[in-house]
Amino acid sequence: MNIHEFQAKALFRDNSIPVPKGFLATTPIEAEFAFRRLGGEVAVVKAQVHAGGRGKAGGVKLVKSAEEANSVTEKMIGMKLITPQTGEQGKIVHKVYVEAGSKIEKEYYLALLLDRKSAAITFMFSTEGGMNIEDVAHNTPEKIAKINVDPTLGLKSYHITDLLRPFDLPKGYAKKFRPVATNLYKMFLKYDFSLLEINPLIWTTDGEIMAIDGKMNFDDNALFRHPEIEMLRDFAEEDAREIEASKSGLSYIGLDGNIGCLVNGAGLAMATMDIIKHYGGAPANFLDVGGGATEEMVRNAFRIIFSDKHVKTVFVNIFGGIMQCDVIANGICGAAKELGLKMPLIVRLEGTNVDKGREILANSGLSIISASDMADGARKAVEAANK
Amino acid sequence: MAILVNEKTRVITQGITGKSGEFHTRLSHEYAPRFVGGVTPGKGGEKILGLPVFDSVRAAKEKTACNASMIFVPPPFAADAILEAIDAEIELIVCITEGVPVLDMIPVYKALKTSKSRLIGPNCPGVITPGQCKIGIMPGYIHNPGNVGIISKSGTLTYEAVGQTTAAGLGQSTCIGIGGDPIIGTGFIDLLGMFEQDPETQSIVMIGEIGGDLEILAAKFIKENITKPVCAFIAGQTAPAGKRMGHAGAIISGGTGTAAEKIDALRSAGVHVAISPADIASTLVKALKK
Repeated sequence: MNIHEFQAKALFRDNSIPVPKGFLATTPIEAEFAFRRLGGEVAVVKAQVHAGGRGKAGGVKLVKSAEEANSVTEKMIGMKLITPQTGEQGKIVHKVYVEAGSKIEKEYYLALLLDRKSAAITFMFSTEGGMNIEDVAHNTPEKIAKINVDPTLGLKSYHITDLLRPFDLPKGYAKKFRPVATNLYKMFLKYDFSLLEINPLIWTTDGEIMAIDGKMNFDDNALFRHPEIEMLRDFAEEDAREIEASKSGLSYIGLDGNIGCLVNGAGLAMATMDIIKHYGGAPANFLDVGGGATEEMVRNAFRIIFSDKHVKTVFVNIFGGIMQCDVIANGICGAAKELGLKMPLIVRLEGTNVDKGREILANSGLSIISASDMADGARKAVEAANK
Repeated sequence: MAILVNEKTRVITQGITGKSGEFHTRLSHEYAPRFVGGVTPGKGGEKILGLPVFDSVRAAKEKTACNASMIFVPPPFAADAILEAIDAEIELIVCITEGVPVLDMIPVYKALKTSKSRLIGPNCPGVITPGQCKIGIMPGYIHNPGNVGIISKSGTLTYEAVGQTTAAGLGQSTCIGIGGDPIIGTGFIDLLGMFEQDPETQSIVMIGEIGGDLEILAAKFIKENITKPVCAFIAGQTAPAGKRMGHAGAIISGGTGTAAEKIDALRSAGVHVAISPADIASTLVKALKK
């Protein structure tokens, strides 16, 4: 789950991570008032969409008067922002965040993330703030420091000392940095983050530390214990089909191809995409109906696949374990009756109750192309999509 | 022989009175009668499927001498259930539960280091030694006793490998689904080592996926320690970066954890990598003929 910048800033503020003052605005006049309330000489108007790379796409503008805040917002709201992360369809801007300008002396980078290998929480700090950290890691790895903290023992003072030790920092920096790092660590545990990144973390000309921008990834498995975070979800920012799928208990990710996939199990669903590509086709989606899918879930899965206008054929690839093939077969028949079958449907069934499932499909009167195995199914799907 | 489980394994189910817990205990017990009881706090003294129910793992162990546990406890309580089994010194703990918060797994991971227990999972299909013992949700009938050891991050893709090897006239020594979460109890390396030592296992199939670097560490280990032929498949060659592909751990982040880098590492370690998931068994057969 992703959240907006203004929500992330509020979370930082609530957890004693210093951030610049700012106000949300949904109209030009609100942005104008926000500028006046901030009371400074400059402010930044920032488009609130779930995507990085806003600056280069024209979604972040410096303004020097309330009138300018108004006119910039006028142009920004309703505009389609296209960044490398949004894809070519872009994202419509519905609101902006008007933030006080900061007097930046230097930009740093600070992040917390889970280290899978040692089951620890990693602190990452760099003096090269404001840049893509992967590029820094690649070009100047000596400018990044990492320290692992075992959360069963807790964060200790020496962790932070060691984190900053490799760098030549401004006088007084470490003293201001300690509480920020400590509060960030507490916040990471409190909300079950998997990544909590501040970039840039600035050092101002007045000798203060502030979080200017960042990235927050939550552990979706832990959202059940954070209703306050779940409330921040903005459905308008998410793929409608992915929302529909998650409501039905399905795992769906839209892709660019034209072969719809309906599979049980995440590994097999990924492998199905791979084998389609292997035979020269392109998958339209990842879709895992899960182990305990019902007929209704299968129907919903078809509805979601059919709602993608690029789909020219559907490949059903099932290896039933807990999932019984007759349930899938009945789901396919139900979906075909309810939604109509306007494109070739290739079905590969294997596993529990496979004979029953094949019989149901054979007697359904539907024109289904059956496949003997995964490779056969993928070949037939690619052929159908290319017709 | 085989590894981890055999006809002497004595299994309990934690969460036996839940819907999935009861269902899969029944199927596993019908496949091979290795189950000796179950645990559900507050339901001690009851019977289910003819098996005694206990209030705690320790109580179950005292009465049944169980040495393995299958966990079907819901995600918010699953980590505690694992810790309880570790505390009771259960040798093999298999956690099927999907959706365990990753921060809950950190204390579990630390506790395992100083314990007598081995954890498989969470978020996994389980472990089976065909004909001897099944702890998990895999369909028993697709397996055949034999000499191929299978280790996999995915459930249905394991069935695919099992189905293909069976169809090719080969059987399996033991099949283990290690789970698709970011932090799991047992990775590829430990199991590769066990298969290397197991006289019954003659070849190994390893199925990985995008995310993390377990496969890369495994490649290094194989190069240095494994003499038996290893065949591998890595799922997610076409997965987009930054998207979680079903499994919590299956995500390419910061440009690392891609299928391509894993395939390269495995190949350079002498592993026979199938590029198409339909070619897992044929790749293995080819390797065995060499």
